[in-house]
Amino acid sequence: MANPDLAKLESIAREGRVQIIRMLTHAGSGHPGGSLSVIDILTTLFFNRMRYDPKRPGWEDRDRFVLSKGHCVPAQYYCMARAGYFPMDRLITLRKLGSALQGHPDRVMLPGIEAATGSLGQGLSVAMGMALGLKLGGKGARVYCVMGDGESQEGQVWESLMSAPKLGAPDHHLDNLCVILDYNGIQLDNFVKKILDLEPVTDKLKAFGWPVLEVNGHDIAQVDKALDQAEATKGGPTFIVAHTVKGKGVSFMENEPEWHGKAPKPEEAVRAIQEIVGSPVPAWAEPIIAELSALGKK
Amino acid sequence: MAAKASRAAFGEALIELGAKDQRIVTLDADLSKSTMTAGFAKKYPGRAFNLGIAESGMIGVAAGLALAGHVPFACSFACFLVGRFETIRVSVAYSDAPVKLVGTHVGVAIGEDGYTQMGLEDIACLRSLPNIPIIQPADELETKQAVAYAVEHPGPLYLRLTRQNLEPVHDVAYRFQFGRADVLRPGHDVTLLATGGPVWNALEAAKKLAAEGIQAEVINVATIKPLDEETILRSAGRTGHVMTVEDHSIHGGLGSAVAELLGEVMPTPMKRIGVATFGESGDYKGLYAKHGLDADGIAAAARKFLSR
Repeated sequence: MANPDLAKLESIAREGRVQIIRMLTHAGSGHPGGSLSVIDILTTLFFNRMRYDPKRPGWEDRDRFVLSKGHCVPAQYYCMARAGYFPMDRLITLRKLGSALQGHPDRVMLPGIEAATGSLGQGLSVAMGMALGLKLGGKGARVYCVMGDGESQEGQVWESLMSAPKLGAPDHHLDNLCVILDYNGIQLDNFVKKILDLEPVTDKLKAFGWPVLEVNGHDIAQVDKALDQAEATKGGPTFIVAHTVKGKGVSFMENEPEWHGKAPKPEEAVRAIQEIVGSPVPAWAEPIIAELSALGKK
Repeated sequence: MAAKASRAAFGEALIELGAKDQRIVTLDADLSKSTMTAGFAKKYPGRAFNLGIAESGMIGVAAGLALAGHVPFACSFACFLVGRFETIRVSVAYSDAPVKLVGTHVGVAIGEDGYTQMGLEDIACLRSLPNIPIIQPADELETKQAVAYAVEHPGPLYLRLTRQNLEPVHDVAYRFQFGRADVLRPGHDVTLLATGGPVWNALEAAKKLAAEGIQAEVINVATIKPLDEETILRSAGRTGHVMTVEDHSIHGGLGSAVAELLGEVMPTPMKRIGVATFGESGDYKGLYAKHGLDADGIAAAARKFLSR
């Protein structure tokens, strides 16, 4: 969108990082690395791009968001709470018995989640089906699918990458679909390069018929501009390769495979949050730091 | 009505239903000539999508279409379709996406192509998912009504269809009811619960048994999940002997579902007829004879079962 309020979006993303750390610390498990790498992208989508109404999650003309890398759903839960789908105080019910905030997204339990994901490699196909369905129904809504790099090793991803650029042709091309790769370079066991390298991923995507844009996934202005370009691209879907840093914003988590799927201990969480918000600690972060400090003393 | 494969009846029903319901779309993985959706694709080219030999992707796209308000029929051979169980499990079942999964070429009855193309484990796999009903019609009439029902069913659903022709087992007045088994022939000595291809054979077996003074009650179990507990328990209570007949693995199919029901509610002696090995190439009749799924095999098993 023209002239995004970058300061505001960056502040939303900063609070998102704090809430992600807070949620995971309360839960005692989860995936901080990828949640922190994707939060700037999600902030841009939820607060400067997508059309939706939290009071009407089933609104037919809403834009759809599919988080194919479902394990990073804490970042989405924060965005949804902040947007008004549910109260912020429910965030700390993440992964608790009876909570709609499941460890991986549950479409039925939590209105606003568009598809169950977390079994990796499935989200793109589902997003393609949604985009095709919207086109067939004459709807102008768009579909955004955020994928992980590790999950792109799944065969189903390549089935979908092969088929999406031409699906719906000639009358219902999926130019309402935009796929964003959160390319943080790390998966559970190790660096993506060391397990099963995706490179040269941009060349591969282009060879499959995708227009590809590359951005710094932590630069909201760049992400936003690429989303503009994607929206203006007609005749097929667009792929944005967003280069990111796993664990972004917390120095001891950045680029460390061990923080793919490990929750911080309360004292680590306090350190992380202090680093994210900087000094002096803003008033809104103080109770969160106090709450986590108390959790550590239990 | 002449004998007709349930996949062929499905293809015809879809064309008819597609005329009045624009929500209906088909998805195939390069087998539309075999799943019999090719006619629909020809008639409504804008609503038929061939995703290539990529079943997981096809199932995912179907889920997205369903969540966007369409009624997608995702079709392939049962083994290839349900072989992508993980995508069905999460993108269809857990998302509660009302996809109509259609598995054709079920059982050893497909014959010459051999085991790799035979749907033999599909019921077992899908029965483990909490929200996917399983319907296997026994003839053309029932198939067409089951397809019409599938369109209206609010959630996901699985239709299990044959490659081979099926002799009619129903009177033209028959009306398929979801979740109901229908008594095709009353009897009081043994209950034959059959589904799909072997239903006709069970009726033929009952005729042979009747000539020997054994009155078999033949029940067509078109809805395998949810099971028609009332009809099954009523018959089992009367006969005290229950046999199941299915062209599917002996493990996890109709026989297992009935054993679970009877074991918990009314323990009753049982005999399951099904496929206990891998399949193999051969002619359909020869394979049915080998696995005891033909009329002679069913009748012989019933005699042995009753003379224990």
